[in-house]
Amino acid sequence: MIGIENLVVRFGPTTVLHGVSFDVTEGESFALVGESGSGKSTILKALAGQVQDWSGRMTLGGTGMKQGDAPHARQVQMVFQDPYGSLHPRRSVDDTLSEPLAIHRIGNRDARVLAMLDAVGLPRRFRFRLPHQLSGGQRQRVAIARALMLEPPVLLLDEPTSALDVSVQAEILNLLKGLREEKNLTYLLVTHDLPVVSFLCDRLAILRQGRIEERANVDALREGRLTTPYGRELFLRSTQG
Amino acid sequence: MTLLSVENLRVTFPSDQGPVEVVKGLSFSLGRERLGIVGESGSGKSMTGRAVMGLIGKPARVTADRMEFEGQDLRNLPESRLRALRGARMSMVLQDPKFSLNPVIRIGDQIAEALEFHTALNARARRAKVLEALEAVRIDDPERVARQYPHEVSGGMGQRVMIAMMVVMEPALMIADEPTSALDVSVRGQVLDIMDDLVRRRGMGLMLISHDLNMVARWCDRILVMYQGRIVEELGAGQLSAASHPYTRGLLASVPRIDEDRPRLPVLDRAALEAAR
Repeated sequence: MIGIENLVVRFGPTTVLHGVSFDVTEGESFALVGESGSGKSTILKALAGQVQDWSGRMTLGGTGMKQGDAPHARQVQMVFQDPYGSLHPRRSVDDTLSEPLAIHRIGNRDARVLAMLDAVGLPRRFRFRLPHQLSGGQRQRVAIARALMLEPPVLLLDEPTSALDVSVQAEILNLLKGLREEKNLTYLLVTHDLPVVSFLCDRLAILRQGRIEERANVDALREGRLTTPYGRELFLRSTQG
Repeated sequence: MTLLSVENLRVTFPSDQGPVEVVKGLSFSLGRERLGIVGESGSGKSMTGRAVMGLIGKPARVTADRMEFEGQDLRNLPESRLRALRGARMSMVLQDPKFSLNPVIRIGDQIAEALEFHTALNARARRAKVLEALEAVRIDDPERVARQYPHEVSGGMGQRVMIAMMVVMEPALMIADEPTSALDVSVRGQVLDIMDDLVRRRGMGLMLISHDLNMVARWCDRILVMYQGRIVEELGAGQLSAASHPYTRGLLASVPRIDEDRPRLPVLDRAALEAAR
């Protein structure tokens, strides 16, 4: 579903990704793990068409992307880290969810918005509320609902739970897992939290300074069988903190 | 020895629906030890820290039967006396260095500000103290960092600068409100380690406020679990697994583990918690 081959990204004189390659098959959940500055979010940005200067090959759902191309909004959508920053403060939940439908001239908006509220577990009475009237977890549900309005097969998740309380994180992680099973979605998740990977993903790649250090199956992660020294270091840090 | 003792602390905010109590009769005492306060957003943990620092202004109301710090009654202490305490005898590290450092003042000058206010040291002596504080938080090149602006340093470095700013006056009590939540996992350990070291070596009291139960359990001697403005459970550091309150147990269970094989994570049953109260 997602294919990345030898992706190189430069910001001015600095190269932030030095030839990264990986594939994600349909219905799979793949994690990119690393510290700040490792380039994990840049990969998501490149896939979302927000990076100008890149080379290599990127394919989404079988079609190749060209330089300066943005993928179609119906192909891929993104969920961001901070639900406080990613929603328009003056637009109600209904506006936020209806907008993509209006832009893409999709009818039956009323029913679709209500169905989506149900799908992400938001009570229907929240439909006309503004973001400041919602809690962090509810806002992240709205952000996920917005991403799913156009029924894209691929979701890019950039630290979707790291701004939330642990008990709320559990709710959102359960929601993401359930939605994937239900709609056969493909996830590309960026995180620094290995236990989240363990819960939500099938495979992971560990990035360091713009290069993939290690690729592993989630079973290897669960059993602590990461092979590179850096991978082990990350594993140790997250078990001992 | 008790540094801080608080009895029946209440913080109330007025609202359209009448007064809302966010801290509901909290009592605890703190010696030269590391005390963790854990709870979710809205549990009142940050308000507790701020109330001790005297940082809750109008229209909120702070009341307590007792609030003593080093034998001094903090209740109704005039602002000028409080100011002499804050930064000198007790100080606070906040969550995000990006927002709590002044972006247009050099790091060295920001750290020196507390010295300028609280001491009669001359510029040269202040400078020496600043460099010493930066070294104490394990910054390799203190001269260079002191000359830099906050945007020129990383998040982990910024948080170390915040800690340096706090320890430069060698306070007796340090209140750290989510000191590592804005940091990368890789530097979290370092920052906690530095704080821990300072607390031990200088015999400070530390109040570590966080939502991360496991982290607090690793770093503190004693943990208070807060839920909706009340302490629901007090635990010794090693007794996390012996937690008995349904809220604490629920929180612990909802954290994903590295060897996660549960198909769904258990979620707090808030209705049941309400009913049990």
